[in-house]
Amino acid sequence: MSVEPATVKRVAGLARIAITDAEAEKLAPELGNILGFIEQLGEVDTSGVEPMTAVIPNHLRLRDDVVTDGDVRDKVLANAPQGEHGFFTVPKVIE
Amino acid sequence: MTESTYRIRGATGDWEVVIGLEVHAQVTSNAKLFSGAATAFGAEPNTQVSLVDAAMPGMLPTPNRECIRQAVRTGMAIDAVINKWSRFDRKNYFYADLPQGYQISQLYHPLVGEGVVEIVLDEKDPNSVPKAIGVERIHVEQDAGKLMHDQHPTRSYVDLNRSGVALMEIVSRPDMRSPAEAGAYLSKLRTILRYVGSCDGNMDQGSMRADVNVSVRRPGEEFGTRTETKNVNSVRFVMAAIEYEANRQVAVIEDGGRIVQETRLFDPDKGVTRSMRSKEDAHDYRYFPDPDLLPLELDDAFLEECRASLPELPDAKRKRYEGELGLSAYNAAVLTAEVETARWFEALLAECGSDVPAKSAANWLISDLYGALNRLGKTIGDSPVSPAQGAELLKLVADGTLSGTLSKQVFEIMLETGQGANAIVEERGLKQTSDTGAIEAVIAEVMEKNADKVADYRGGKDKLFGFFVGQTMKAMGGKANPGVVNDLLKKALG
Repeated sequence: MSVEPATVKRVAGLARIAITDAEAEKLAPELGNILGFIEQLGEVDTSGVEPMTAVIPNHLRLRDDVVTDGDVRDKVLANAPQGEHGFFTVPKVIE
Repeated sequence: MTESTYRIRGATGDWEVVIGLEVHAQVTSNAKLFSGAATAFGAEPNTQVSLVDAAMPGMLPTPNRECIRQAVRTGMAIDAVINKWSRFDRKNYFYADLPQGYQISQLYHPLVGEGVVEIVLDEKDPNSVPKAIGVERIHVEQDAGKLMHDQHPTRSYVDLNRSGVALMEIVSRPDMRSPAEAGAYLSKLRTILRYVGSCDGNMDQGSMRADVNVSVRRPGEEFGTRTETKNVNSVRFVMAAIEYEANRQVAVIEDGGRIVQETRLFDPDKGVTRSMRSKEDAHDYRYFPDPDLLPLELDDAFLEECRASLPELPDAKRKRYEGELGLSAYNAAVLTAEVETARWFEALLAECGSDVPAKSAANWLISDLYGALNRLGKTIGDSPVSPAQGAELLKLVADGTLSGTLSKQVFEIMLETGQGANAIVEERGLKQTSDTGAIEAVIAEVMEKNADKVADYRGGKDKLFGFFVGQTMKAMGGKANPGVVNDLLKKALG
């Protein structure tokens, strides 16, 4: 599977990762190799096999509708690069 | 309902409008969808945020059973397929109100499948034929946080209190053909959600908001390209947005242009929609199953409890009011449109027992009580008169103690003083009298004073009968039983 540098740039853009053209050129064949490697799995016939969702039989646990958390504003904001008056603040984003 | 005849009249002919709605309804719950933080509206910023909601590394989501239950009950209320096996997916995008960098949603395997919402364009018209609007799916997902742009010249403020609150996304089929149909659908959906108790329906607090998909076509032809107008938050605005957007699309096409599939915003002040023109790639959400969550599997006991806990729904209630209680289509529609009204009415009926006909109770609620509440600027939820007090008054009318006129007087005094009807009647001597002797004496007096009119009446002027009734009632201070007065007058006048 071949990956174009343009595709690499686009995927990087979606993930908010800035890369240079030179990096995209270098990453394109690397990503192509990884995809090719994974594509080998396609050789196995899995028709009629249920997708496995967990390695041990397990069920999704549900929680009761009780307030048990929150009211930890200082902790929540502790690592924020910038905060003010109990809010996070970010560079102005307006549509 | 026959096929909608709503058309946009363009320069080149008529256009039909095709509408689908995606309604986001906030699920009524104490805690969030995947964390134990509170959901209450209006708290101090970032005080209802757990480390899960703030997407701190290593935090794991655990679904709230109640949120799942409410979505299932909502699905059952619209006769939808409930999927006992569903799954959560990540919808990936970056925005300042979304700390995880993805929204946990359900794309591939939603909790609720196909259902239907029946709308009637004119609830008050018994001949109005219902139209079925298909619902494609309901899935549960997280809400995002809130951004404030007007607090600082160069920064936006982020409040994550709403982040992680459970939403139901209710996706309709493109089955609506006019702004009125879309408005009726949204209103009906809101009524159903409020009956079920799965969403409070407070559109002004953002508990319900709609993404509006609109396209136009020549009647009967293939669907045109649609646009999506985001986050419209009232029935009126949804209708206005559709009307504007449909006319805009017709103008573009007739000018030789092409409709671009895009996201738009509605400006309620100007009544227009405009393109959001943001990121070209915004729609590439790279969905994949959330590895933090196992599939959601529901057992029969859970589903049975959901079904058993459903209340009587608005359509069934309306039919019962018409069929069993003998109410008019109009009254049945008015009494069932809001769940609070129906509850109040049923409490009133229970208090009245078999002493008061349901029709009288319905008429009193709709004309007298509603009239008073409107005047006082109150809702039925904070009515100064309780169902028990209403029943006390209605019983006095039913047993002949109060005439219609007197009952209105007593009701006014009840509103003013908060006293019960019986006490008011006793205290102020407002009892209607059926004492034939007293009434006959007054009639004799009235006839004596108006001998000329008596002669006229006997000479064939039947219309004068009303005059004698009025005079007698006036002389008795409005307290005579009108039925008895009529009978005695007929006898006396011969």
